[in-house]
Amino acid sequence: MPGIEDLYREIILDHYRTPRNRGELQPPAISSEGHNPLCGDDIRIYLDVADGVVRDVKFSGQGCSISQSSTSMMTVAIKGKTVVEVGAFVRRFKHMMTLADNDEPVDESINLGDIEALQGVVKFPVRIKCATLGWNTLLEALTEASK
Amino acid sequence: MAGANTAFDAAVIRRDFPVLAQQIEGKPLVYLDSANTSQKPNIVIDTMAKFMRESYAPINRSAYTLAANATELFESARNSVAKFINANSSQEIVFTKNATEALNLLVNSWGRANLKTGDVVLLTHMEHHANIVPWQMLQQERGIELRWVPLTSDYQLDLTSLETLLSGVKVFSFTSMSNVLGTINPVEKLCAAAHAAGAIAIVDACQSVPHTHTDVRALGADFVTFSSHKMCGPSGLGVLWGRKELLEAMPPFLGGGNMISDVRLDGFTCAELPAKFEAGTPPIAEVVGLGAAVEFLSGVGMADIRQHEIAMSSYVLDLLTTRFGDDITIHGPRNPELRGATFSFAFRGIHPHDLSQVLDQSNVCVRAGHHCAKPLMKIIGANATARASFYLYNTTADADALADALDSASDIF
Repeated sequence: MPGIEDLYREIILDHYRTPRNRGELQPPAISSEGHNPLCGDDIRIYLDVADGVVRDVKFSGQGCSISQSSTSMMTVAIKGKTVVEVGAFVRRFKHMMTLADNDEPVDESINLGDIEALQGVVKFPVRIKCATLGWNTLLEALTEASK
Repeated sequence: MAGANTAFDAAVIRRDFPVLAQQIEGKPLVYLDSANTSQKPNIVIDTMAKFMRESYAPINRSAYTLAANATELFESARNSVAKFINANSSQEIVFTKNATEALNLLVNSWGRANLKTGDVVLLTHMEHHANIVPWQMLQQERGIELRWVPLTSDYQLDLTSLETLLSGVKVFSFTSMSNVLGTINPVEKLCAAAHAAGAIAIVDACQSVPHTHTDVRALGADFVTFSSHKMCGPSGLGVLWGRKELLEAMPPFLGGGNMISDVRLDGFTCAELPAKFEAGTPPIAEVVGLGAAVEFLSGVGMADIRQHEIAMSSYVLDLLTTRFGDDITIHGPRNPELRGATFSFAFRGIHPHDLSQVLDQSNVCVRAGHHCAKPLMKIIGANATARASFYLYNTTADADALADALDSASDIF
């Protein structure tokens, strides 16, 4: 059995206890909701995109330490990035989570920073869905924003 | 194996379950997820293995001896199940893929034949999705009305307005015991109330048939559904019991082989019960395994199992509240007589998914999530809960291990 300390790294618990960018954005910011049917968690991502750049991002909802901290760290990382950069960043993250889409190239030189701490989740495959919930919801919000 | 004449001892019964004998990293396995699915005793495993090694053959359709013997073993298991729940005859026992399919069968066969736009179906706030979604699917198609029996503050069904709720109702479909709260419902009373209002009564008995003596005739129900895998039998198999005259009047659900007596280019005629509702090759070895499971449970004694679980409930409630006080919230009745040994709880604000992960470090297996009862979760104000459920093979040592593991979870969060 892999050690629980691989999962609950200090930076993860820090983002869980003190989530960054928690809250809501009013329209015209767009939002998308994601559910984890396994555990009933739900997350809503609010996205303010202008001129192809993520100006602001917030999230609300309920979830476990992994889904909440992963989403919190994600919001910190993507704020100010262009939509294209965010797309590459999400692919890099999903690649780390062993969920890479083979048709999409992954730029392994992208530095995930603190988010690397979530690598331990891969040793607990049931929890990969927790770690990716916010990210998949972000992708939906980005699709919505591009409409 | 423990016999009916020996005193009930969960520690002895436990030895019949090979999964529970294993140690992981030197620590015993503490399996507290039997409300989800139960472990299997040697007699079930051995009976199925022996059947597949020595007797496996198609049933109902071949003349050779091997097939005739397989059919006899299969039907003998059906007899055992009929006897186990005191059905009038084994013709009233229909095997399905699982209890979910049994409920879908009722909605699609009985429901479509008898319900039209505006007809009312009464459910309760503590139903499993399997007793909600099929009705909602029929609602989308037919425009039937769904009504709900609410809960009291102590997690019972609030029956004060039952008569009003039942007014004009065609079907009252309810769980005998909540898979989240552990609440045991007054099935006989609810069936009688349904009948007095001119409704039929459907009982989702998944959580009670494995744990307490079930007499479908005494319950006064019209249909009862339950699953094999929660009562020491194999998965892939559910049971629908129905009163014969109702089953006979119903149209078939799935069409195909075995369910017909004749097929012509211009139509078909149905087979007799129960084949009418058993299209296609059934799970043959699984049915034989379920037969062994009900013989095993009868041998232990259902009354003793119920008494053991009352004692376990009492022990678990005392232990958790004494040790953790206000740090633990148990969503369910406090009276052990009114509940099964299934406990959903919130603990020190730790998300249930995290809790379950940390408990796993101590080999303590609990379910975390919404337990396929999302409307109920919303009503009790929880997004998810952790759930520890006990069965005939769980001892007070398992409860102690749960409490110790909960303590260790606090160290991390």
